[in-house]
Amino acid sequence: MLAGKLGEVPKLALTHQIKVGEFFGAQDFVAVTQAHVMADTESLGEAGVRWLESLAATKDGSRTVRIPTITDPRGTDFTKARQLKQADWMVDLERRAVAALVKIGVSMTDTCINYQTVLAATRGEHVAFGDTGVVIYSNSVCGARSNFEGGPSALSAGLTGRTPRYGFHLDRNRQATLRVRVVWTPESLNDWGALGAVIGRIAGNYWAVPVVEGIERAPTSDELKHFGAAMASFGSVALFHIVGMTPEASRLSDVAGDRLPEHRVGRAEVKALQQSYAVDSKVDVVVFSAPQLSLYELRALAGLCDGRKFKIPLLAVTSPQVKPDSDRFGYTGRIEAAGGTVYSGMCFYQSYAREIAEANGWKTLATNSAKMVNILGGYGYVPILASMEECVDAAQTGRLR
Amino acid sequence: MSGKVFVARHAMGTKVSGRALVARDGFSARYDLDRIAGVFSRPAHKLAGQSYVGRVLVLDTAKGGVASAWMLHEMRSRDKVPLALVFNSVNPILAQGAALGDITMLAGFDEDVTAVVPHGAEVEVDPAAKTLRVL
Repeated sequence: MLAGKLGEVPKLALTHQIKVGEFFGAQDFVAVTQAHVMADTESLGEAGVRWLESLAATKDGSRTVRIPTITDPRGTDFTKARQLKQADWMVDLERRAVAALVKIGVSMTDTCINYQTVLAATRGEHVAFGDTGVVIYSNSVCGARSNFEGGPSALSAGLTGRTPRYGFHLDRNRQATLRVRVVWTPESLNDWGALGAVIGRIAGNYWAVPVVEGIERAPTSDELKHFGAAMASFGSVALFHIVGMTPEASRLSDVAGDRLPEHRVGRAEVKALQQSYAVDSKVDVVVFSAPQLSLYELRALAGLCDGRKFKIPLLAVTSPQVKPDSDRFGYTGRIEAAGGTVYSGMCFYQSYAREIAEANGWKTLATNSAKMVNILGGYGYVPILASMEECVDAAQTGRLR
Repeated sequence: MSGKVFVARHAMGTKVSGRALVARDGFSARYDLDRIAGVFSRPAHKLAGQSYVGRVLVLDTAKGGVASAWMLHEMRSRDKVPLALVFNSVNPILAQGAALGDITMLAGFDEDVTAVVPHGAEVEVDPAAKTLRVL
């Protein structure tokens, strides 16, 4: 492959992987079974799209992926781009990226919850996943093995069928480095996200592995989705353990957590993080996204929307796998009857968030996603973290209680 | 401080020299930057409002967000890119982005480089020697 006998595309991919692997001291490669590529055009830009198009246009040798390779959300819902007031050039760039990725053999799943909707990785399975929320969930809850693989590296893994063996592919990096005793078990998704955010801030870097004690019941997949996504966002964390619940930590000692000093985190720390974002009560837009909503989250949202008429926009974002069921079960209709909109295959913050804020006059945004409040400050928003119920109330009144 | 040398465990890219922007804060191309203007834009960031273009960024750690891997490449295409990235601790995304974007990077030091390199100092980054030198 490196000699170019399979063509220029596999050679380019492997060369990139060797550069990254040598940086981290990888001794060899490990075969991977799936790749998940983050490639929205707000990130790619014109330069990234041209790079993909150059791979897709290669005639010499193989230019297609060797293993199942899927995608993270796109930067638009093509059916609703005008409603978002996205410019034509954004949609055109998205179409070019999709066309190039399809030529490379990538399956356009457009989801950041592939572990709920496509195919969850299993314990010990080596994968090359992009999207930090996907990686932390797959590593922690499923027991799979992945590093954060940015778009170029995940695509390279798809093209070569392997990835450099460093980081969380190695047993030694999966032991706990931070012990956290939680003295309060959250109930709502925003509280689970905020708890993940607090632990992420304590952990503070990619190589930290928190082990958490004190969770009093088995969390649901959606709760762990928000918990992990926020921890990854606030702390760049890629793996956590919950004693007695996640597969590699039946006991604290399984991940060497018994040798670590204990940090205590409770309701006060979680509320303090939430309060730090509560700077305004007037709300311009309500967004449920990041991660995309599961069918059960949409069901809950539909129940809250019944009988309401919204004063401000409410956006709910899900995956192309979930959206047809949401339509079929009537959830989409109930949310949209109240004045909300259900989007598919995109992610709010990956969809030119700065530009659509300016086009729509949005500044203050309410959400139940701790991950999103962490991101949107950099895009000029004033984000507020609240429960799903409080956000729906805000959509009706324009104000957060 | 002049002449002081710090040795990294991880390195890539070519040797460069320039002025350092130093802060004990993180780095994410998506979360922290206005990439069009070429400035740190997240209000809470310790370098908020400062241009990163052509500077050696000396920061604590890379933060979450796989987008940075593409974004460094895109920033390079418009010459709105840091001269080099130097971290106490790096995540794979920034390393992958630096590899695609051809950006010099050092990471992993025995001391906190954000505490010992003066903000605004002229520095030399030499990946072959894995060194950061205050000039």
